[in-house]
Amino acid sequence: MPMKTWIEKQRHLIDFTLASLARRKAKNLGLLFIYTLLVFVLASVALYAHALRTEAQKVLASSPEIVLQRLVAGRHDLIPPGYLEQIGQNVRLRGVQKMEGRLWGYYYDSVVKANYTFMAPRDMQIPRGEIIVGPALERSRGLAAGNGISFRSYSGELHTFIVAEVLPQTSELVSADLVLMHEEDFRAFFKYPEGHWTDIAMSVANPQEVRNVAIKLLSTLPDSRPILRDEVLRTYASIFDWREGLMLALLSAAILAFGIFAWEKAAGLSAEERREIGILKAIGWETGDVIKMKFWEGLLVSLLAFLLGYVAAYLHVFHLDAMIFEPVLKGWAVLYPRFTLPPHIDGLQIATLFFFTVFPYTAAVLVPIWRAATTDPDTVMRS
Amino acid sequence: MIFQPAIIALLLAAGISLFMLLAAAPFAVRVIRHWDVASGSERQLQLERLTYLFSTLVAFVCLVQILAALLFVFNADKMSVMFVGAMCAVGALNVNAFGFPALYAQLALFFLATLWLAINHVDSRARDYPLVRLKYGLLLAAIPLFALSLYLQLQYFLGLKADVITSCCGSMFSEQASTLASEVSALPPKPALIGFYGGLCAAIGISIWHWLRPRDGSGYLTGIGALAGFGAALAGILAFVSLYIYEHPHHHCPFCILKPDYAYQGYWLYIPLFTGAAAGMSAGVLRLFSRRPTLAPIINITSRALAGVAAVGFGLFLAVATLMIWRSNLILLD
Repeated sequence: MPMKTWIEKQRHLIDFTLASLARRKAKNLGLLFIYTLLVFVLASVALYAHALRTEAQKVLASSPEIVLQRLVAGRHDLIPPGYLEQIGQNVRLRGVQKMEGRLWGYYYDSVVKANYTFMAPRDMQIPRGEIIVGPALERSRGLAAGNGISFRSYSGELHTFIVAEVLPQTSELVSADLVLMHEEDFRAFFKYPEGHWTDIAMSVANPQEVRNVAIKLLSTLPDSRPILRDEVLRTYASIFDWREGLMLALLSAAILAFGIFAWEKAAGLSAEERREIGILKAIGWETGDVIKMKFWEGLLVSLLAFLLGYVAAYLHVFHLDAMIFEPVLKGWAVLYPRFTLPPHIDGLQIATLFFFTVFPYTAAVLVPIWRAATTDPDTVMRS
Repeated sequence: MIFQPAIIALLLAAGISLFMLLAAAPFAVRVIRHWDVASGSERQLQLERLTYLFSTLVAFVCLVQILAALLFVFNADKMSVMFVGAMCAVGALNVNAFGFPALYAQLALFFLATLWLAINHVDSRARDYPLVRLKYGLLLAAIPLFALSLYLQLQYFLGLKADVITSCCGSMFSEQASTLASEVSALPPKPALIGFYGGLCAAIGISIWHWLRPRDGSGYLTGIGALAGFGAALAGILAFVSLYIYEHPHHHCPFCILKPDYAYQGYWLYIPLFTGAAAGMSAGVLRLFSRRPTLAPIINITSRALAGVAAVGFGLFLAVATLMIWRSNLILLD
């Protein structure tokens, strides 16, 4: 039975609190608005950063486990002929399923003042003289399948290609600025020396072998630089985390301001509220009951603000593409891919947000609540 | 790696908690020295009025610590992607020497916080506040632990550098290593199974007994039973429950079950387990004060309710663990 009476009691307290909140609409709506705004800003940052992290993970999931570059004087250099074969002969790499040279490079297009990524894919058959372009190119140069386009190569010659196909929008995050072409076309366009490659892609089946393979490569080919997918992933994750944390640290000024605001609101009891508490105590409420009522008031406002702010942030990030924070969090490029982020809600994130908003609010209103709750009925009624 | 949202939140929580307790400390000293409920002096009235503030404040700190314990584990698990060789929270906590001590300190704070809340609950219901000195003495005693926890967390988080090679759960919980955790996991499944079911069923049985007949003897036993049941449960998770969840005969890690790969099953185990253990231990401690005349009826009601929570918590834990074992495709015992 005591459980039931307890619940009954809380229910009545909530009823009373709601009615008392409704009596002072202007003041409470002001607090609710500021509170919601704070949750909205913080939640937008958190949701957006998290979505970017998951997107980066998804994009990298299909990339090779190891990319091997060659360094000359600490700078990235071409893979000379025979290098690939040398790896096969001198280094017995158990666990490497596939190893192949890749051909890719950057091309600066002075018309749109942007860099394209030119690539000769090994797993696609593209006829000579034709190219496949990414969606960002389609937009910036107004291209469509069947159009012709000319690029002036670095040697000064003009090369003309027919657009065979435009890559689908779904893969835009990776393919926005991509131009795919035949290997011969690629070599001819960049005057790429015969038998040379840009880098080597390796796929390793067992994730626990990746590190061993990389260590072996480094010890036998000291001029090589293996780049692991895991490392890239980790780096992305920590960059986005860092940006998010930095934003939150900057916004801590806003949290502090909000704490002061909440303190002021809670401390500035109107004469009417003071009277109300005085009367409640005169008719038999205890200090503990008044604190409970005030606690419910804070909790109701907090939960409502949290819900409203979080939903607003969700809409802002996933339906309006986070227009307010995009430039800070995403990074910048001329041909930046256009992409919609997959909606994703994370438990850790909600818990963290809760600590950033409800926790400071509660901490700030504790003392004012106590002050209000311990006022003596007679002093209030006499004044 | 201080600029991680969850890390900032944890440090914020630990910092503000310590600050609040320090603010309450002078008052605690005053209460211990001058509290006299029979007196009607101005000072006593002022003290009584201030206890409302500081009890609420400390209760708030305790609630925050309970949530922070959850966030700490959650965060350690999430951070593991940042470190080479770390596959779950074990790897992330092993990055430097302060990870596991910080976790243990946080868990100690969790149990201390629940105990303080239980004492506060019964004390504020008795007319003469008989435990007020004990409450504030406990608060003063807890301050060093809070400070230690903040220090360990600061050291841990400031010492984190992404990409350090760390030992993973595979090596720590493998049967060859000689740490305490590995000895537990090396328990053969059969005795571990008997201890697990025996310990937990005993804890549940004693709790129900106390719920039916709230007396001192059964109350103390509930506390001891909760402690034993908690130990048996952790040993059981290490020895065989985790094996059944991973469906792998050598993976004993108690943290990987928190991962999304295993559908967060760990939370279904740990949340009821910790709730039950904290409730049972608090019930046992509360019975120590049942001789005080003003407290006796309140303690009867509270310890009985806590024993009920303990029975439900342990029962839920046992049911969930049994379900997981049943649904698993791994066969450890014929």
